[in-house]
Amino acid sequence: MVPVAELLEVVDLVKHFPVTRGVAFRRTVGQVRAVDGVSFTLGAGETLGVVGESGCGKSTLAQVLMRLEPPTSGAAYFEGEPMFSLRGAALRRWRREMQIVLQDPYTSLNPRMTVGDIVGEPFEIHPEVAPKASRAGRVRELLDVVGLNPEHLNRYPHQFSGGQRQRIGIARALALKPKVIVCDEPVSALDVSIQAQVMNLLAELQGEFGLSYVFIAHDLSVVRHLSDRVAVMYLGKVVEIGTEEQIYRHPTHPYTQALLSAVPVADPALRGRRDVIRLTGDVPSPVNPPSGCRFRTRCWKAQDVCATEEPALISRDGGHPSACHFAEERSVVP
Amino acid sequence: MLLEVEDLHVEFRTRDGVARVLNGVSYHVSAGETLAVLGESGSGKSVTAQAIMGILDTPPAFVTRGSVRFHGEELLSASADRRRAVRASGVAMIFQDALSALNPVFTVGFQIEEQLRVRRGMSRADARARAVELLDLVRIPLARQRVRDYPHQFSGGMRQRAMIAMSLALDPEVLIADEPTTALDVTVQAQIMDLLAEIQRERQMGLILITHDLGVVAEVADRIVVMYAGRIVEHADAVSLFRSPGHPYTSALMRSLPRLDSKGTALETIRGLPPSLLRIPPGCPFHPRCSRAEDICASHVPSAVRLGFGRTSACHFAEEVVGGPRG
Repeated sequence: MVPVAELLEVVDLVKHFPVTRGVAFRRTVGQVRAVDGVSFTLGAGETLGVVGESGCGKSTLAQVLMRLEPPTSGAAYFEGEPMFSLRGAALRRWRREMQIVLQDPYTSLNPRMTVGDIVGEPFEIHPEVAPKASRAGRVRELLDVVGLNPEHLNRYPHQFSGGQRQRIGIARALALKPKVIVCDEPVSALDVSIQAQVMNLLAELQGEFGLSYVFIAHDLSVVRHLSDRVAVMYLGKVVEIGTEEQIYRHPTHPYTQALLSAVPVADPALRGRRDVIRLTGDVPSPVNPPSGCRFRTRCWKAQDVCATEEPALISRDGGHPSACHFAEERSVVP
Repeated sequence: MLLEVEDLHVEFRTRDGVARVLNGVSYHVSAGETLAVLGESGSGKSVTAQAIMGILDTPPAFVTRGSVRFHGEELLSASADRRRAVRASGVAMIFQDALSALNPVFTVGFQIEEQLRVRRGMSRADARARAVELLDLVRIPLARQRVRDYPHQFSGGMRQRAMIAMSLALDPEVLIADEPTTALDVTVQAQIMDLLAEIQRERQMGLILITHDLGVVAEVADRIVVMYAGRIVEHADAVSLFRSPGHPYTSALMRSLPRLDSKGTALETIRGLPPSLLRIPPGCPFHPRCSRAEDICASHVPSAVRLGFGRTSACHFAEEVVGGPRG
């Protein structure tokens, strides 16, 4: 792979949500540590996959990256510019560069707006991108690019299927010619036969427009298919990060190994022949994460040191970064 | 035969017209066997299960033809009392969304005990003891204490376990599991599937597993029926189905799946959308999306072609499909 210039750099990002009690005398009784010190970089034209189970903080990460939620601490740089301190005109300019595609194609489109208005609305806010006279034409172009009939621009969202609605969401995200699109579970609400269509579309658009994706999903196969590099999250932290090949072929963190091992593989001939790791119990609450390594309560390798010392996300013996005191390669994907 | 569905037709009479949701579905399950019903949304896989259980909402749903037999006894014409008795101890069902399937205002224990007291005439104390045993069986930690919890105090995986415990209370011979792990995280899904498989083996239950997940199917099913637009398009044992799918829809589904073991390039897609059940295309319902469709497919509904080893495929070109290059 050619080395890529960093487009986006995220450093030690933290987002805590207060847990409050009481109505008249509201007081904070704790913090949900949704994102707790996440760092990564994203190059131009690259896709970074983010995988993890519910509650690992991957959607909060998306919200903070889009500045829909202010971070508790940490920094992010877009083309070297600190993103979280942007104000006024500079903020508006930056917003054009980063767009988001959301999970649920049923609730992320306004049911009272026509498709043309939904896809064209970004131009109302950023008129410099498309002058009024050319807007209708631009909207048609966008619908065409995502594989929808441009003649349908006067229809309403309910007249489209789930997969088509997700295409509308993608057209809206493309409208301002962004450099980065954050995709938060863009295909998980779709049927298998439709999911493939939308994944292919995302890959085509990336090639055509040189887009970078932060691709957030819980489905490990979907993430592998689209990602150059992958970050695995557990309880607000990145536990392992590397190229798609490193994470799937040579995982070193026990959680990544357990996650990969739990994915059912569509081949009955492999039944009973796979390296099976079964975790016990559920993910602990992010309000009170375990001390030291957050995964230690479910980990078969846990020792005393895991409870007292938090493992750093660093590379051990020259491999890719993995946040485990006892990181060791174990291939679990057949 | 333990449980048998034959030529089942169900329609939904809606304001927009009649939706033909099931158009002649037949399958069966024997003791100790896992039958997977595979299909996408709207294929009719859940409606078939609801018809078996007698829990279809009528109106709008009407069974217009067909038969559901449990140990040879016709259920569709049975009295409401008789059906309730079969639901109680013959055929049990668990649902995808355990949170909405459990009653939020009663404790988990009470909901398990209720059936034991009503159906088995157990005392409160005996029913409580049995409920603790059942929660223990599905590996709820500290079952003796957790039996007094309300559903919202359980995690998603524990709720699904509690629902399995509840469904096992009256020792059913058949368990229908409708997308039992779809709402769960993958590490918890693996735990629940292992648990279901183990219980099924020990009790020699018939298990009907309804799912859209080809991976789950590959790991547990003995036999598989694939549904599309209210019909069974293919029926085969698990190994043959994955080795050489006999219907273009099955084969296309498999090729459109991203893989865990390789990165791959572009995915093959199935063009278009599943049909509206209000306007199912004439001929083979899959023909508008099928890559090998010919004129006959648009005019004649294919009947099930026998492919050997008990396999069938509802395709005019089934023999060529199954003999074709591996998907």
